[in-house]
Amino acid sequence: MIALGQNLIDALALGSLYALAALGIGLIFGVLRLINFAHGDFITVGAYSLIIPSTQVMAQEMLGALPWPLLILAVTIVVIVLALLSELIVFRPLRAASAATLMIASFALGFVIQYTLLLFYSGRPKAFGLWPELTQVVEFIGLRVPLLQLLTIAVTLVLLGGLVGFLRYTAYGVQMRAAAEDFRMARLLGVKANRVIAMAFGLSGFLAAVISLLFVTQRGIVAVDMGTPLMLFAFVATVVGGMGSLVGAVVGGYAVGILSVALQVALPVDLRAFRDAFVFLAIIIILLFRPSGIVKVKAVVERV
Amino acid sequence: MLNINNITVRYGQLTAVRGVTIKVAQGESVCVVGPNGAGKTTTLLTVSGVLTPAEGTVEFDGGAVTGINPENIARLGISHVPEGRHVFGLLTVEENLKIGTAMRRDRSGVAADIEKVLEYFPRLRERLKQPAGKLSGGEQQMLVIGRALLTRPKLITVDEPSLGLAPKIVDQVYEILERLRQEEGVTLLIVEQSTKRALDHAERLYVLRSGMVQLEGRTADLSAADVERAYFGFDEHAATA
Repeated sequence: MIALGQNLIDALALGSLYALAALGIGLIFGVLRLINFAHGDFITVGAYSLIIPSTQVMAQEMLGALPWPLLILAVTIVVIVLALLSELIVFRPLRAASAATLMIASFALGFVIQYTLLLFYSGRPKAFGLWPELTQVVEFIGLRVPLLQLLTIAVTLVLLGGLVGFLRYTAYGVQMRAAAEDFRMARLLGVKANRVIAMAFGLSGFLAAVISLLFVTQRGIVAVDMGTPLMLFAFVATVVGGMGSLVGAVVGGYAVGILSVALQVALPVDLRAFRDAFVFLAIIIILLFRPSGIVKVKAVVERV
Repeated sequence: MLNINNITVRYGQLTAVRGVTIKVAQGESVCVVGPNGAGKTTTLLTVSGVLTPAEGTVEFDGGAVTGINPENIARLGISHVPEGRHVFGLLTVEENLKIGTAMRRDRSGVAADIEKVLEYFPRLRERLKQPAGKLSGGEQQMLVIGRALLTRPKLITVDEPSLGLAPKIVDQVYEILERLRQEEGVTLLIVEQSTKRALDHAERLYVLRSGMVQLEGRTADLSAADVERAYFGFDEHAATA
């Protein structure tokens, strides 16, 4: 019973990270029909902003030296600025291009970011302990769980609530939903395309920054390719959840997280190394039965 | 008020509109009629900034608006109601209306205008909190016209308001458009497939076929036969028969 409870919290914490990453992808896909494969690299940049650029083995604090409220603010700003610059420099000139072109451009952007980090920080992963006190194990309703997992789940719930509030009750949020549904019509009613798209990128960058911090705290390490597996699972989560639906992104994120942990527990020890293969097998099966994902969306092909 | 001067619009190799000139005066009600593929929708999309003409210019209120993007054209006072209604189906009726006020800063004016729209379209008031996708076709048409009105337009361009609606509903739509013109001073440019409706409702009309204006004039001066001849292009056949 206790093991089940602890596994459940494990699953929810992992699912939360995937859900946040999937939302970051979903927000941009909603308004631009762009699957931003550089999203994982936004997360990586957030992590690297904590340490000073150098090729030395030992990591030295940069933003990581700040007191925590300032640290969170500074990392958030770094990733949001990166996301906005990506939009301005890479995706805005390509706005009229096909979805495939945009996607390839996002791959290119991802590589540019990764190799820039490689240049300034070297390719070797670096140990960096962010907020080690959060990794201690605490007693929670009779379970012994890492504080960080509870924090991850709580932060995700707060962010989800905030995002729902923004999308439902603010004028900009309503405009963003309208643009996601029919961008041309929204523009005909005076909704500014550039502003809505920039807002989607900004929000996506904000979510990526939160993941950076949670992920570094959990792993205690920064690496050039640390965002890649997160991006992969988050992308799969958006597909499983239903491409184009933000609810679907969250549902998909948790589904993939829970599935991973469940397989980790259920698989025989010899097969655990191949857990991800089983996760993807399960996803193929889900998609065979629900090709458009768990939450269906009326196909929207039109862009700006 | 609106001068479309000799515009030519192409989609890649295909020329959809060649040298079309249409003028609409302040407070007028003008219809553009023509068969499928005549270039009517293309013309309206060019006015609203979705398409840019290869040649020619569009002027509104005395200034050139060619090449300006749709959101800024909307700000200048042209509101386009595209073919097929285009409600935001997942948003509530109320949210749909509020999108129409995206560019406005006068909160009290917005509230008063929403109230006015709901007086024009009482059915919408009953359904304010429902998703717009659940409305009937007629209600959706009312919603998009009401929503367009909330941008405080000087000119409303409507693309085929009768498409897919029962004749009785279509009459209501035209009745309301005419009331908006008389009571709110909105100028109307309407694309219509039915020559009869155009003759009944507009003050002036243009017949478009094969991307060119075939006939123009005051509806009072035109006979249904004239308009139909221009519409179908039977002149040549009549001459050779």
